[in-house]
Amino acid sequence: MTASGGSLAARAGSDAPTEQSAEKAFGFWVYLMTDAVIFALLFATFVVMSTGTAGGPTGKDLFSLPRTFGETMLLLASSTTFGLATVAKTKRVVVRWLLLTILLGLGFVGLEVLEFTGMISRGAGPDRSGYLSAFFTLVGTHGLHVSIGMVCIAVVIGQIVVKGLTEPVSSRLLRLGMFWHFLDIVWIGIFSVVYLPGVL
Amino acid sequence: MATARPTGTHRAYLTGLVLALILTVTPFELVYFGVLPKGWTIAAIAVAAILQVIVHLRYFLHVDFRITPGENLAALAFTAFLICVMVGGSLWIMFDLHYRMQM
Repeated sequence: MTASGGSLAARAGSDAPTEQSAEKAFGFWVYLMTDAVIFALLFATFVVMSTGTAGGPTGKDLFSLPRTFGETMLLLASSTTFGLATVAKTKRVVVRWLLLTILLGLGFVGLEVLEFTGMISRGAGPDRSGYLSAFFTLVGTHGLHVSIGMVCIAVVIGQIVVKGLTEPVSSRLLRLGMFWHFLDIVWIGIFSVVYLPGVL
Repeated sequence: MATARPTGTHRAYLTGLVLALILTVTPFELVYFGVLPKGWTIAAIAVAAILQVIVHLRYFLHVDFRITPGENLAALAFTAFLICVMVGGSLWIMFDLHYRMQM
């Protein structure tokens, strides 16, 4: 065991499952950091490509501020409901907050799919210009993360219902929460870099 | 064990929600109503975004310099450094190229 693993375990105390859970949380944190690097580079690509519209439509022609605001509110609300699920005491309440989180996430992905299909049907798909390629790559990668997150929430709900809030299940719930909150942070970057300057 | 077992409190999540709402609504309103000149609006969007990321890290991911394990903070700092080098470097090189190619 490395020095850092040792100190984590020492702080977690002698309780074996908690020690494991602390190490897993650190490993998951490292994964989130690598995901942050991926998104940062997609942001950099988008900014470099932002002038490359090839005579095609720009953000001003394509984006709807009220829809982006709606997506932002749905994702922020879902981050809060996930947080409330992690502090809830009983199985019933945890499952109720998680179901609400999935519903809000579905609303978010639904709005995004509507936006994407609308753009593609207007001839503003990812093949139209470098700008739109970068847009679909960045926003689509985030949407894919959110979709995978919702599948994972459904799996954890199943585990809570079947196994109850055991130590392994609640430790999975906490890591999934970190993932979900992380995706909301990436979305702050998306509306601040892509949508708001795009309609300005 | 803050980040290893990131359980916040009811109160922390609701505080985070209120602060995040303020920091989201402000830039959307500035863009929607166009009350400031373009340069100032961009600056306001950037400041609100940075503040909101800090709010989310603090209230949703429970990053706290006093209680979060040093390993997690080191990973966060190293990631921030990597992002600055790679994103800053890419933008510098590509915009310098645009300028020199007179595009």
